[in-house]
Amino acid sequence: MTALETSRVATPSRWRPVLREFSESPGAVIALAICVLLLFAAVFGPWLAPQNPYDLAEISFFDSRLPPLSTSPDGHFYLLGTDNQGRDMFSAMLYGLRTSLFVGVASGVLAIAIGVSLGLIAAYAGGAFDAFLMRFVDFMLGFPSILVALMMLAILGQGTEKVILALVVVQWAYFARAVRATALSERSKEYIEAARSLGLGHARIVFGHLAPNCMPPVIVIGTMQIASAISAEATLSFLGLGLPITEPSLGLLISNGFNVMLAGLYWISVFPGLLLLVLIFAINIVGDRLREVLNPRNAR
Amino acid sequence: MSALLEVEGLKTHFFTRAGVVKAVDGVSFSLAEGEVLGLVGESGSGKTVANFSILGLVDPPGRVVEGSIRFRGEDLVGAPISRMRKLRGRDIAMIFQDPMMTLTPVLRIETQMVETVLAHEKVSAKAARDRAIDVLARVGIPSPAERIRAYPHQFSGGMRQRVAIAIALLHKPALILADEPTTALDVTIQGQIIAEMQKLVAETGAAMIWVSHDLAVVETIADKIAVMYAGRIVEYGRSGDVIGQPAHPYARGLLDSIPSRTTPGQHLNQIPGMAPSVLHLPPGCAFQPRCRFADAACAVPPPIVDTGEDRWARCVRPLAPEAAL
Repeated sequence: MTALETSRVATPSRWRPVLREFSESPGAVIALAICVLLLFAAVFGPWLAPQNPYDLAEISFFDSRLPPLSTSPDGHFYLLGTDNQGRDMFSAMLYGLRTSLFVGVASGVLAIAIGVSLGLIAAYAGGAFDAFLMRFVDFMLGFPSILVALMMLAILGQGTEKVILALVVVQWAYFARAVRATALSERSKEYIEAARSLGLGHARIVFGHLAPNCMPPVIVIGTMQIASAISAEATLSFLGLGLPITEPSLGLLISNGFNVMLAGLYWISVFPGLLLLVLIFAINIVGDRLREVLNPRNAR
Repeated sequence: MSALLEVEGLKTHFFTRAGVVKAVDGVSFSLAEGEVLGLVGESGSGKTVANFSILGLVDPPGRVVEGSIRFRGEDLVGAPISRMRKLRGRDIAMIFQDPMMTLTPVLRIETQMVETVLAHEKVSAKAARDRAIDVLARVGIPSPAERIRAYPHQFSGGMRQRVAIAIALLHKPALILADEPTTALDVTIQGQIIAEMQKLVAETGAAMIWVSHDLAVVETIADKIAVMYAGRIVEYGRSGDVIGQPAHPYARGLLDSIPSRTTPGQHLNQIPGMAPSVLHLPPGCAFQPRCRFADAACAVPPPIVDTGEDRWARCVRPLAPEAAL
């Protein structure tokens, strides 16, 4: 009938225009590159690090507190110096970055899964469940998150999984609230009614049709929340309530050097601190740019 | 003749803060297998709500307060949700007004069609996909095997409506509820879609309720016409009868306000006033304030008057055939 439309279907991608617009900001591209580089460094840290800083056979106590760029008598080169125990700071930071990123991403992903599911169901179901859940979200968001996390860890004790749990508890509510707001407006659109008229089940409609349409704000908040989870974990570890000393994160490294910093041994604290700063800064810039690009008000 | 669908005394009310909105207030009609009913009326006359009531898709604060909807003898009012879900999309399918809005924007046509097949039948994904491609071809989508991979935004409005129709036809429904399916389309595309629907309905033997405010469209496709006003059917009859000799002043008014029916250059005879808010209906005949034939007798609820073979109007003084032209 309309033979003109027989033209070949271009490989459809919703994300290509997003990527193109994202790359229009050089700062955001650099930030994204830094994020990817750090992620790569974290994943392959054990293979990139000159030594395993937690294998006692590999570290030498006689090399302790060497300044950056020094070479030890037995020929080891320490790019960023060594700490109180003679660990290579560069290696320790790679391991620390790995731990920090793991905790941040794991808690972020879990919080997204829980928050998004609850927010979607609340918006779709409406009524009492919605009202109850959203009041609970208000209640959760009413507490300073660091306070809640501190209290939980004081009760639960130390451990990676406990830190992740504490971070999920303080984060899920943000996602629930954001996704509910989007889902409420999406829910009233006709395609949801159409899906119902086809006899699809509720789960199918919520997670198959509603959820993908609510993703842009989740991506933005998710990025920001991973940054804030990493910094929250660093804070907890710095205060000694976070991760155990056997799995040091960047926060713990900062805290290790903190008491000798004013004695001139600045590198033990400052380098992990800088790395943490760069990491969070880069993630936030990427998140900011994503918010600009994905905001429906800035028409594509 | 056994009716496929029998709607009797259907009342769907919305309980809003401002009061009870009687969107559908006592609608009765029946539909035989393969029959096409045109449901005509202005915006807000309750056509769409009547359709939604049949599928059980009326959301709070609205609900069906009275009446019955018997589909193949089974009353759908108060039927359990699980039963309704089985009927939806399989035995009764719906086509919506705006094809831009009814397809989920982020999912491929393929995904949406395959899941609709799988929602009602246990077949392999491959078989479901083949069926989808088959139906797409039948509604006139060129190179369906390729197009099925596309997203909704890659189709034009007319093509999208064809996809929506294809989805509705996936399970060969016995009843199709078409809610102004051509209103949002270009006039040329409208014609194509109407012709296509006529062909498909004839092929599959499905009955159809075609909701529209456009009498000209309805005339070409419907066997019977029901004219709705303020939640009630005010005139019912065979399509040719109602269009040719409308008995209710409102139906007459609707016909007179179609430009093509008057000589060019003359003023259109429009219906004065606006459709009343269903919150504040006048007592008696709802159309009386706008009716040029109205008098004191219209202050009481009008009776249903037989105006010919298989047709009736809700009016104290239905127009005589000769007055209608």
